Amino acid sequence: MTVLVLIETEDGQVRQASRSAIAAAGKLGEVHALVTGTEASAQAAADAAAKVPGVAKVRKVASDVLAHDLAEPLADVVVALADDYNHIVAASTASGKNVLPRVAALLDVQPIPDVVEIKAADTFVRPIYAGNALATVKSSDTKKVLTIRPTNFDPAAAEGGSAAIEAVVPNVTDTVSRFVSSETPQSDRPELESARVIVSGGRGLGSCENFHKILDPLADKLGAALGASRVAVDSGFAPNDCQVGQTGKVVAPELYIAVGISGAIQHLAGMKDSKVIVAINKDPDAPILQVADYALVGDLFEIVPELTNAI
Amino acid sequence: MKILVPVKRVVDYNIKVLVKSDGTGVETAGLKMSMNPFDEIAVEEAVRLREKGAATEVIAVSIGVQQAQDTLRTAMAMGADRSILVLSEESPEPLAVAKVLKALVEREKPDLVFLGKQAIDDDMNATGQMLAGLLGWGQGTFASKVELADGRTEVTREVDGGTETVSLALPAIVTADLRLNEPRYASLPNIMKAKKKPMETLQAADLGVDMARRLTTLSVAEPPARKAGEKVGSVAELVEKLRNEAKVI
Ligand SMILES: Cc1cc2nc3c(=O)[nH]c(=O)nc-3n(C[C@H](O)[C@H](O)[C@H](O)COP(=O)(O)OP(=O)(O)OC[C@H]3O[C@@H](n4cnc5c(N)ncnc54)[C@H](O)[C@@H]3O)c2cc1C
Ligand SMILES: Nc1ncnc2c1ncn2[C@@H]1O[C@H](COP(=O)(O)O)[C@@H](O)[C@H]1O
Repeated sequence: MTVLVLIETEDGQVRQASRSAIAAAGKLGEVHALVTGTEASAQAAADAAAKVPGVAKVRKVASDVLAHDLAEPLADVVVALADDYNHIVAASTASGKNVLPRVAALLDVQPIPDVVEIKAADTFVRPIYAGNALATVKSSDTKKVLTIRPTNFDPAAAEGGSAAIEAVVPNVTDTVSRFVSSETPQSDRPELESARVIVSGGRGLGSCENFHKILDPLADKLGAALGASRVAVDSGFAPNDCQVGQTGKVVAPELYIAVGISGAIQHLAGMKDSKVIVAINKDPDAPILQVADYALVGDLFEIVPELTNAI
Repeated sequence: MKILVPVKRVVDYNIKVLVKSDGTGVETAGLKMSMNPFDEIAVEEAVRLREKGAATEVIAVSIGVQQAQDTLRTAMAMGADRSILVLSEESPEPLAVAKVLKALVEREKPDLVFLGKQAIDDDMNATGQMLAGLLGWGQGTFASKVELADGRTEVTREVDGGTETVSLALPAIVTADLRLNEPRYASLPNIMKAKKKPMETLQAADLGVDMARRLTTLSVAEPPARKAGEKVGSVAELVEKLRNEAKVI
């Protein structure tokens, strides 16, 4: 059995989420990594993917149309290669979620999103209802199209392998979609998805100014990524890609510190698999306390600066 | 310009569902059902486009059991002009839903289909992308801003690391993310008015769509529970525990 894995890169490295997808795919068969982009970016991505242990072959598809991972041309590329594969896998990142269902539809397959466990080549476990239930599903499609949840599969290493790179002639021309621009604020903090520690804030912080005044020093001390509840993002305290939850990012750091977050089921869906959870909340009945390993009840404006000083 | 808005009837987002003791599914009997929150946002956006004069008609569609007509009435109370109910089993798979929607698109010829990004029951996040694939249309998923101009739509999308803007030729598919807008509440007079708006009912078979499921659910289980935590009395105690007990700092 051979598995095609869609690879995303960042700064010349295979993203950790994609390395988790490679690790998951390794449980299903021989792994071929698909890299796409312009000639230069696809080559850089291919070189990076070739080094990931567990990758047997890299397939490189280069075209200016593929510069921005637009779903329309990317799905066509995957479909053109699909005959060679039993499984098509991506990480359930924004890009994976955008592209793979389109691929599945073009192959007349029902996709299996957010796989957290592979039971057999056709049987997978995935969360439903914001993670309040885990469904084990068996697919009757001949090809399986799935996204895996990176937090549930230890990533393959970034270095150590040396797979062969095969250039594939692209089958894409112009498409119905065009890239216009992207806004990706640079930050010195670690990425949410791969951070060892996350400091996350909610409505309790009250304002954007407080959010940063209170949380930044703690995050700095811990080398932590910043996360946020939906309310904090909607209120403009933090950018949208900080949102943790059912419809934001799913994270599982070693330490998750929830500050002024009540713990709605939609938020818990994104962080309850963290190894250690700390909740700081003035409400002793807040639902977040039910999942917290350590809860400190009181005013965050006093507790957090004190904590920052004590660490 | 016509806009089609698929809306799904789901367990209300405030309710924490329980897994059935025999492990065959989740208990939904007797629970409050509502329109999928993302679909409310999609309806709102479509209705605003009509109110601005950019669109002429908003058609809501739901695929599911008879009770999904309540969801369609809600969409019409929010401002949709008419609706279509396609009867099927409860919560059909995205592949089947996308095929039904494709058949309706061929009949109604909308310029835009506005879906939610994700149904909060199955959490698939797939139907819009699948419909776009089946139709060969462009897709603007996870939209936080949508603009129309010159036969195209410009969609700002929420992606990892920030946002991205794409321009799509019409007709196109857009899926709504949370920050696209704040959906309105239907007023009582509008709820009354919605009762008189047209609702057509079809069978999935009328559209020639095979609704057979491709995924069989073998079992449904509760996620492993976290062991009960403890309340700590002071910052000093917390730091001590994180250092020496949990060993995470
Ligand atoms: C379709 C849908 C999807 C959603 N997806 C997500 C998602 O992905 N992620 C997400 O987070 N939410 C999501 N939500 C929203 C979710 O339901 C909650 O509304 C949200 O998580 C609440 O955010 P919060 O905890 O910051 O605010 P609140 O619920 O208002 O909680 C604020 C907390 O701060 C505490 N507090 C206030 N002041 C202080 C103080 N001085 N000191 C200490 N504590 C204080 C309060 O006691 C309270 O517990 C979604 C909702 C819907 C409908
Ligand atoms: N049975 C259905 N009836 C109408 N619309 C649906 C149905 N299922 C899914 N949708 C639409 O597709 C979106 C994404 O759903 P899903 O792919 O199941 O997460 C929803 O927000 C709806 O807009």
